[in-house]
Amino acid sequence: MDVELTDVTVTAAGRRLISDLRLRVPSGAVVGLVGPNGSGKSTTLRCVYRALRPSAGRVLLGGDDVFALSLRDSARRLAALTQDSHVEFDFTVAEVVTMGRSPHKGLVGPDTDQDREICAEALRRVGAAHLAARSFLTLSGGERQRVLIARALAQRPAVLVLDEPTNHLDIRHQLEVLALVRQAGLTVLAALHDLNLAAAACDRLYVLAEGRVVASGTPEEVLTPEVVAEVFGVRAHVVAHPTSGAPQLIFDAPLPR
Amino acid sequence: MASPPLASSPRREELTPPEPGASDPGASASLPRRRSVLPLVLALAVLTLGSVVCGVAFGAVQVPFSDVLRLLRAAFTGGFIEPADLPRYQIVWQIRLPRVLLAVVVGAGLSAVGVASQALVRNALADPFVLGVSSGAAVGATAVITMGVFASFGIHAVSVAAFLGALLATAVVYLAARSPRGLTPLRLVLTGTAMAYGFTAISTVLVFFAAHGEAARSAMFWSFGSLGGATWESLPVAAAVVALGVGYLLASARRLNALAMGDETAATLGVDATRMRRELFVVSAAVTGVLVAVSGAVGFVGLMMPHLTRMLVGADHRRVLAVAPLLGGCLLIWVDLVARTLVPPEELPLGVLTAAFGVPLFLVLMRRRGYVFGGR
Repeated sequence: MDVELTDVTVTAAGRRLISDLRLRVPSGAVVGLVGPNGSGKSTTLRCVYRALRPSAGRVLLGGDDVFALSLRDSARRLAALTQDSHVEFDFTVAEVVTMGRSPHKGLVGPDTDQDREICAEALRRVGAAHLAARSFLTLSGGERQRVLIARALAQRPAVLVLDEPTNHLDIRHQLEVLALVRQAGLTVLAALHDLNLAAAACDRLYVLAEGRVVASGTPEEVLTPEVVAEVFGVRAHVVAHPTSGAPQLIFDAPLPR
Repeated sequence: MASPPLASSPRREELTPPEPGASDPGASASLPRRRSVLPLVLALAVLTLGSVVCGVAFGAVQVPFSDVLRLLRAAFTGGFIEPADLPRYQIVWQIRLPRVLLAVVVGAGLSAVGVASQALVRNALADPFVLGVSSGAAVGATAVITMGVFASFGIHAVSVAAFLGALLATAVVYLAARSPRGLTPLRLVLTGTAMAYGFTAISTVLVFFAAHGEAARSAMFWSFGSLGGATWESLPVAAAVVALGVGYLLASARRLNALAMGDETAATLGVDATRMRRELFVVSAAVTGVLVAVSGAVGFVGLMMPHLTRMLVGADHRRVLAVAPLLGGCLLIWVDLVARTLVPPEELPLGVLTAAFGVPLFLVLMRRRGYVFGGR
């Protein structure tokens, strides 16, 4: 299932957060959004997972306008890891993952064996089955992120939206999380801070600056010294990764403003 | 905008995820099933029934259990009662039974609404009165007691005024907390708390300038709660409202779980957080308003029972909402029993005793289990 944003504009408090944004995530592709702080990455994603309604333009999910779908319908097609995953109550990991089934359930009606099987499989896929009985609040950052990915997988979506999924994780967990996301075989749209991780994990990248797309294409096409200098204000050298060949950036000093 | 063929991408295999199975000794075929709460619910239901009988039997005049059961059977089946039994029948049927049943209704309602309030404002410190309902009700009740407004409602004047005060307070809080982003939890808590101070100030002024000292006493009693006003007339309304409220909350338990994960996450799970919060607000306000009108502001039950229940059965709202009302109803029977028998003929305010019962129990349980109050 593909995702397409056509001329999406978001205006809040008289300020344009994103302007005429066009973006397409082909079915099964992993697409990354990169850009400096405040460039509109999260705003774009929030339009896709419906936390925010665009002032203009459309967000299409498999060809349908997401805002024309019921929340339940869109939740069956699309799962998201948002930035506001602060949990107030002492849920177990199993309970958190089970919440992924809620778009598929009616008002009442218990979890079926099938639900439990789906949740267990999701936990196995992220290597967290041994955490099932643990309290979510006692987990480390890396474990939490894996569990939240399991919750998203338990939703059985076609599309996965991730807002900075590697935030606050050490390098091993960052790589693990992105590998899991790639392995899921879903259509993925992710905002990523780390350009080198983005280059290694994504099929295509969109570079945002001040709410506009300034470059898009494969990582090789997009992550050039010129783009990095213009958008991030940093001088950088691009080298090929010794084994994968993905472009990797080595940074010099920030450029004078 | 075509994407490059994915299969040929060398980056695909570059990142190796953790091997499932190898790093996962605890991996099992299916999710571990939590023990069902059904036995606990049944046990609590039986315990509640037993407590009702005890609540009717004990008091200033002791009625033996066998007589309680015989008199209740006679009352329900329309049986025959000896003239000598009449005083005791009146104690059991007219005074104690409605009072004990009201204890169940109030305890159950406050516990359920406590759960709802904590989910509504996403704060473990919230209770049913966090939205200013009780202080609004107190203004209404004090106005009746001190100034005699609503005299045309006769003996129901205080309840009617308390309910109207509760609704008014809720409406004010709702309107003040509204923002373009919907009802945000923090705005609700802050507005509710600020308004509560305002309403309390009004009650205090009313009491301060009251002509007679009895007003201060009634106002205080009102703000600590009492089941002394229980009658067969007020019971069905309160019971129906609580039953509807608990039913709604049970049916919304999955959505409450999603809401606890944050508004945006809730949306991605198919739950409209703003609409849900509005519904919860209305249900909480209606139930709390009715309960305050019949029993005053019985404190602590709505704060403690949700936490106590979570310590027993975990945070899943489907389990919490099945257990908390029964636990609360049962507790309040015993608290009220102590309130009316400890220092006869005086009656202690319920809020004093819910605290006296609840605080130690709460501390013991909290220290025994590694219970986490929210994510901080």
